[in-house]
Amino acid sequence: MDSINIGHHISEQFNKELEDIRNHVLTMGGLVEEQIENAIKAFTTSDVELAEQVIKQDNQIDALEIALDRECMQIMALRQPTAFDLRLLITVLRIINELERVGDMAEHVAKMTLHLANIEGNKGESYYEIQHIADLVKAMLHDALDAFARMTVEQVPAITSRDENVDREYASIIRQQITYMMEDPRNITRTINVLWAVRSLERIGDHVCNICEHLVYMIKGEDVRHVSREELERKVKGE
Amino acid sequence: MTTEQTRTHAIDMNSILRGRDLSPEQLEITIKIENLNLFYGQKQALHNINMDIPKRRVTAYIGPSGCGKSTLLRCINRMNDLVDSAKIDGKILLDNENIYDKSVNVASLRRRVGMVFQKPNPFPKSIFENVAYGLRIQGINDKRALDETVEEALRGAALWDEVKDRLNDNALGLSGGQQQRLVIARAIAIEPEVLLLDEPASALDPISTLKIEELINELKEKYTIVIVTHNMQQAARVSDFTAFMYMGELIEIGSTSQLFTNPKKKQTEDYITGRYG
Repeated sequence: MDSINIGHHISEQFNKELEDIRNHVLTMGGLVEEQIENAIKAFTTSDVELAEQVIKQDNQIDALEIALDRECMQIMALRQPTAFDLRLLITVLRIINELERVGDMAEHVAKMTLHLANIEGNKGESYYEIQHIADLVKAMLHDALDAFARMTVEQVPAITSRDENVDREYASIIRQQITYMMEDPRNITRTINVLWAVRSLERIGDHVCNICEHLVYMIKGEDVRHVSREELERKVKGE
Repeated sequence: MTTEQTRTHAIDMNSILRGRDLSPEQLEITIKIENLNLFYGQKQALHNINMDIPKRRVTAYIGPSGCGKSTLLRCINRMNDLVDSAKIDGKILLDNENIYDKSVNVASLRRRVGMVFQKPNPFPKSIFENVAYGLRIQGINDKRALDETVEEALRGAALWDEVKDRLNDNALGLSGGQQQRLVIARAIAIEPEVLLLDEPASALDPISTLKIEELINELKEKYTIVIVTHNMQQAARVSDFTAFMYMGELIEIGSTSQLFTNPKKKQTEDYITGRYG
């Protein structure tokens, strides 16, 4: 099955319902991206106000998840979708779950910002050590959402393979932070909070990989969870 | 044994994975259709159909009106012989024997391949006599044998409990759903190998439809079933394999779960998702 098209149903109303769902997923994705952006900015620059805003806004993502869940359920009950339509709805249900978790990760980074600000003697320190890993996962998420918007999977292997860079960066930050702790045990509280934030960012990379796998199911009808990278590439090429 | 081991044993992985790679090729085949073409006068209604129908499974034909699915079904017990303008070439093998061979006795073929139509067509006789009809034609008149077989057939068609106290009432007094099950009882009383069902539930209400569907599920333990239906959800619910036909051609055949979640052909996808091609 090649040409993927949400529209062209005999029922115009059905076309509209699916189009709405797609747009709402993209809205949710955009909001999650904004949350990550703000959480990272708040963390690196110790901006407590921005961190609080991120924490407050997480419930918008949760609300979108619930609304989309209901929309999908409604279509399944009323229209008994099949083939691509069915896979689209199942994929949306899975993707919004991943996006909601990514939103939680952003909230978590924001919370670490507040913890760090409350450390005694902290005078608005900057924490740029997470910037690089943050840029990596932001780009991954952006590209995955882009693939969903365009309903293509050609980019999927390239996106998921970038998760290895994220893991490498994560390991390197851990080593760096261990050095700080060894240098001066007074750094331990700060370091642990930084590590929590980095851990959340690393998890975002994993969620993006899951989103990519769901996309392959949606477009190719192939379940590529728990398969090797070579297998994934083969399935994406439709071999 | 540790808890983990117990848990692993409790899960029957085979039953979970079954159906995943189910294909007609891996099963015993009852009917083999080979290069079948059918013409109504000048018009070709079936184009080079090739397919296998597996034993004791339900195979469904779906497709838009006029695509040839009923025509193909009717070929399986040579109902098209009754249409003067119909001309058939190709083969249909039932247990490796070509049913279009000159030596084949059509009456005995139809005894092996029973058929149920869209509108229930009971004879204007008693419920008992409707089911016993086929047996009497075969020369069975022993009362006890008839009683036993009629009861068995009515039980098989999930109708016994509803009619056991009024077997001598006229069959035309039954409801539509009951009549359809009676007709199925009549078909299975003579123990066919194959049951052909042409839109068996399209004239019935939702509850009777569900009863027929439930019945199909039970009947496949003993019979090979081929069903034609307009209702795609029904095909999805009752069948193991689904064949999609369009303009007299067999476009795609596959396990029902594969065909409805990930069809290989665009025409199939467009039809089952309600898109215009």
